[in-house]
Amino acid sequence: MSSEQKILSTDGIPLEESLKQAEKKNKIKAFLLVTPLLLFLIITYIIPIADMFSRSIDDKMVTNMLPKTYKAMEQWDGKELPQEEVFEAFYLDYKILVENKTAGRLQTQLNYEKNGFKSVLKKLARKQKKFEEGNYKEQIMKVHKRWRNVDYWRAIKRRAPAYTYSKYLKGVDMYSNEEGKIVQVAEDRRIHRILWSRTLEVAFFVTLFCFLMAYPIAHLLATLPMKYSNLLMICVLLPFWTSLLVRTASWMILLQQQGLVNDFFVWIGLVADDNRPEMMYNKTGTYVAMTQILLPFMVLPLYSVMKTISPSLMRAGKSLGATPGVAFFKIYFPLTIPGIGAGCLLVFILAIGYYITPALVGGASGTLISNQIAYHMKSTLDWSFASAMGLMLLTGVLVIYWIYNKLVGVDNIKLG
Amino acid sequence: MALPKYTEPHYRVWHYFYLFVCGCVFFFLIAPLFVIFPLSFNAEEFLVFTDGMKRLDPDAFSTRWYKDMVYGTKNPWGLAAKNSFIIAIFATIGSIILGTLAALGLSSRHMPYKGLIMATLISPMIVPLIISGVAIFFFMAKVGLAATHLGIILAHIILGTPFVVITVTATLSGFDHSITRAASSLGSNPFNTFMKITLPLILPGVISGGLFAFVTSFDEVVVVLFLAGLDNTTIPVQMWTGLREQLSPTILAVATCLIVLSILILLTAELLRRRSERLRGINR
Repeated sequence: MSSEQKILSTDGIPLEESLKQAEKKNKIKAFLLVTPLLLFLIITYIIPIADMFSRSIDDKMVTNMLPKTYKAMEQWDGKELPQEEVFEAFYLDYKILVENKTAGRLQTQLNYEKNGFKSVLKKLARKQKKFEEGNYKEQIMKVHKRWRNVDYWRAIKRRAPAYTYSKYLKGVDMYSNEEGKIVQVAEDRRIHRILWSRTLEVAFFVTLFCFLMAYPIAHLLATLPMKYSNLLMICVLLPFWTSLLVRTASWMILLQQQGLVNDFFVWIGLVADDNRPEMMYNKTGTYVAMTQILLPFMVLPLYSVMKTISPSLMRAGKSLGATPGVAFFKIYFPLTIPGIGAGCLLVFILAIGYYITPALVGGASGTLISNQIAYHMKSTLDWSFASAMGLMLLTGVLVIYWIYNKLVGVDNIKLG
Repeated sequence: MALPKYTEPHYRVWHYFYLFVCGCVFFFLIAPLFVIFPLSFNAEEFLVFTDGMKRLDPDAFSTRWYKDMVYGTKNPWGLAAKNSFIIAIFATIGSIILGTLAALGLSSRHMPYKGLIMATLISPMIVPLIISGVAIFFFMAKVGLAATHLGIILAHIILGTPFVVITVTATLSGFDHSITRAASSLGSNPFNTFMKITLPLILPGVISGGLFAFVTSFDEVVVVLFLAGLDNTTIPVQMWTGLREQLSPTILAVATCLIVLSILILLTAELLRRRSERLRGINR
């Protein structure tokens, strides 16, 4: 190239360079258009989600409450009772907490670590007012015999790190025990694993039911003449546009014990009038309501794919001797797979994070992981645990989203 | 769907079975919505069809729950409706502006890292609402916007923009960029080109995206539950509280109004879609 003469644009700059500049300008222009939204989302949404991670591993509360103790404990090997300095430092730290009336939080936190901590700490708070200067080890040990037990000092030391992954362990019903080994909690207390598996189960079956129901009607909508299909499409779009709470309310009315569904079952003689089954506040209610609510999300992608399949393909198959069944499974069905993938993953992702409907019609046996997150956010105020569970759920969803992107492509999402 | 005359009997049976299944599914989809309508006119306080209603006795019906909804002293529906509309309208405007700009940038073929940015921009649609709610709550609490209208509006802009981005990008995919180049070659500045050429052409997409954003905001409850104080209660929050405590017919009256609203929105969206299809048909 260099030996040839370069083509120049009118202002004397080589054309290649001028093009590159224009290209760069366009790039910047396009990027500038996206910038406001991108910045807005990064600040108000992406960073806060990332911030949930630091919140979920944050364990500075105890660390900050006992700064001197942990400094003194650095030298301690944890085999025998600590030295006088540790006792003195602990006394000084705890005195400040008692004076600031924040000792209660320390008592609760350390009680999580070792049962029985609360009472000895409370006793210490009362007694230490009369402490004399010097020889704190003796004085503290005199308050309660548990201070002579090295296990309690080890429990304090375990809370020294400012970061912890214990919330994640708690999310899968495990904890790290006194020797620092990761073990499972007692069998009757493994509630979170039940919730995870139930969430997956509900999401899976709701997706399956939606698929089984959506496939025939999407096919009907795609093959009917326009004027009928437009009318029927309203049946799909009206629920889609209607408030989620309205739809949940209608299911609460239908599924109640004196509701229409039970009336119908009594009328056809399926159940006795005095023995109406409970259909709400359990898993049945969750399944029925969620399937109906998420069904449009399955129908729409299926429909948009089926619409593009030419009917002549099926006719060609039949004219070559395929029975309708064979023609369907060999020709039509494989062509609809992109729509099936899109619909199933969309419904699955939505179902796995569902909150409102399970909370209202689910009762105790129908609640999902989202309800547990909300519970910890609003009731127990254990925000770091809520964050940890949220991130575990998010990781699962992102994996599914990634698969979705690989299989279908995010750009192919169609709305209505 | 008439079957051809030569269809064999067992396919005929199969076909009618298929139509029957479709009918059932359509019934399952749409029927629950219409249960609310008659029950909201119930004269009694029960949420079941009374004997009078089954006989279509006019005395069994009344509009007392609608009156209660509007005039009821303890009912917060007036405040909730006002808040809902204010929040939804501002959230829609914000979503439309940010989303349309971003969609214009994204549909340019010069856009770098298109896939990554697109994935980021529509992530609020994919991330479960409960997680969005927790994250947005932490942010709003930190900057002191929790329990304010502004905080909720910003939160709803986050949730609404993906819809605008998707619909406008879809509209722009059939957009002929030589028109805008023609406009600039005739001396129009970029702003005028956008207002006079681009915007009118992509308007159906923008409006239907805006409708999605409006409905998202109007119907959103999870994030609002985290963010709202007593003054920023919205219709969905009130319904949520009502449904949790006690199902009262007043809620059904509100629900009926919401169904009517969604029918109106659906009709608007349908009209826009058809217009957009027609316009694109002419372009081809």
